[in-house]
Amino acid sequence: MKNIAVYLGLAILAAACASETPKSEAPVTEGGKATAPSTSQGTGSTSSPAQSADVQGNPLHDPNNVLSKRSVYFDFDSNVVKDEFRPLVQAHARYMVEHRDSRVRIEGNCDERGSREYNLALGQRRAEAVKKIMTVLGAPDARIETISYGEEKPVAMGHDESSWAKNRRADIKYAGE
Amino acid sequence: MNASFRSIPRLLIGALALCAALGARAQLTIDITTSGARQVPIAVVPMAGEAGQPQSVSQVVGADLSRTGLFRLVDTTGITPLPSEPSQVSFPDWASRNAEALVIGKIEPSGDGRLEVRFRLFDVQKQSQLASYSYVVSPQQLRATAHRIADVIYEKLTGDKGVFSTKIAYVVKRNEHRFELQVADADGYNAQSILASNEPIMSPAWSPDGSRLAYVSFDQKKPMVVVQNLAEGTTKIVANFRGNNSAPAWSPDGRFLAVALSKDGLTQIYRIPATGGTPQRLTDSSDIDTQPAFSPDGQWIAFTSDRGGSPQLYRMPAGGGPAQRLTFEGNYNVGPRFSPDGKYLAFVQRTDGRYRIASLELATGQLLTLTDGTLDDSPSYAPNGKMILYEAQVGGRGQLAAVSGDGRVRQRLTSSAGDVQDPAWGPMPTN
Repeated sequence: MKNIAVYLGLAILAAACASETPKSEAPVTEGGKATAPSTSQGTGSTSSPAQSADVQGNPLHDPNNVLSKRSVYFDFDSNVVKDEFRPLVQAHARYMVEHRDSRVRIEGNCDERGSREYNLALGQRRAEAVKKIMTVLGAPDARIETISYGEEKPVAMGHDESSWAKNRRADIKYAGE
Repeated sequence: MNASFRSIPRLLIGALALCAALGARAQLTIDITTSGARQVPIAVVPMAGEAGQPQSVSQVVGADLSRTGLFRLVDTTGITPLPSEPSQVSFPDWASRNAEALVIGKIEPSGDGRLEVRFRLFDVQKQSQLASYSYVVSPQQLRATAHRIADVIYEKLTGDKGVFSTKIAYVVKRNEHRFELQVADADGYNAQSILASNEPIMSPAWSPDGSRLAYVSFDQKKPMVVVQNLAEGTTKIVANFRGNNSAPAWSPDGRFLAVALSKDGLTQIYRIPATGGTPQRLTDSSDIDTQPAFSPDGQWIAFTSDRGGSPQLYRMPAGGGPAQRLTFEGNYNVGPRFSPDGKYLAFVQRTDGRYRIASLELATGQLLTLTDGTLDDSPSYAPNGKMILYEAQVGGRGQLAAVSGDGRVRQRLTSSAGDVQDPAWGPMPTN
């Protein structure tokens, strides 16, 4: 909790410093679709010694910050958010409370087993389960949309449990990402 | 009985213009397995005058009939001359080959570059004519004409309407970023992409008159329901509310769609005008209600709900109201589709980790498992109710397959295009 408070303070600082920060640290596995890596936009190049992710970077994209973690994984046929993912979800809830212009879309996903349309609804329920934790902590309902890709956008293409486990997932995405 | 059909349905003409460009190349090849069903031996004699035409009519007729699993084609080689007129038919020749039915015909120029196709169907044992029709068509319409001939023969010999002139729609996933919605003839020919997207496409559903397709598009990075007019190529977003918008199902009068929306929390079923408008909520549970399907008489909506702890089939009045649970065996019965006569539901059943197509007889509650796949999905009845088209996963890829309502005839439609998903069998063509 103490760490989160520190992150939040830094996040506010970072937001005050720069409205647009490089996204070069964005995890490539996020979002299903590879976003073009940003190439030396402005001064914040990744190799610059002046760049301290802790101070200037966007906490949402700082790999050392829990806020850079966006994926909550689920058991088969389950929409229970497991304890190991609660700190992650709570951190995003607090970030949303502190950042009143932040908007989030939570995207639910399923493994390939089962009927496509039912999986679409299951994925949405996973997203809702994540949202519920966030709204209990004060993140406003109106700024969180829950949608689902069902089984349509797997990140792992195999037909075995190791792939399925990666695909049973809800991803937290901020508007503009 | 003689009848002259001078108008081929408009729907087919557009497709046939493309047929010439595509040639006779099949997008899907079809394998059939049958078990236990009696097959009527039928001789389909090559038509006089078809050799020089862009399409062999008799071959298409024979392929249509044999694909149903209800007919066995009798070899016609060695009989000379092959008959094309009733006076040339020697019934003992065909009786000796155990043919019970015989089809002959001829194709002749009829002026203006058009052709007259005449066929006759005989009962070999009774030595009597069962049907005789002629069609005046352009050479490009020969394939569609062959399907119409097969429809007549099928109906004369089985008593059921043929579905050889119908269309199917399905989604092709070529790779992670290339999805196409395709429409093809029921035999897999004349496949055309009516939509391409780098985001997923799901759940195509034909309007009752076959003029429009509703489907789920992810073009705006979330599921929304779109209706596309096939003749005009125009599209309209009819449901793009907060959250998910999916599972479109047409009311029998074509005026409304039942859809699954999550705008008020979890996925629930709503009714919305097919041209878009204000959704009216039909279910009110605190669980998932989705996959609606109107009964053919418009009285009921069958759907999936997990309000009882596991996903099961339910039905409610089409205007909403108390729901009645329909399935009790197993812990996963989803995605109901009514048979055209309204007596059965086809759906996806999970047993021991395998997902298969099953049917439920509504009057008796009798369940029948129809397929033996591992990941079957998206059943869709042919408009005559005899076959169910569905998606089967084979070797990690989606492929189309079909099974008869009694499970005895199975077809596998193999495509080299990629993952083939979410088939929907279109309605009977309108004249």
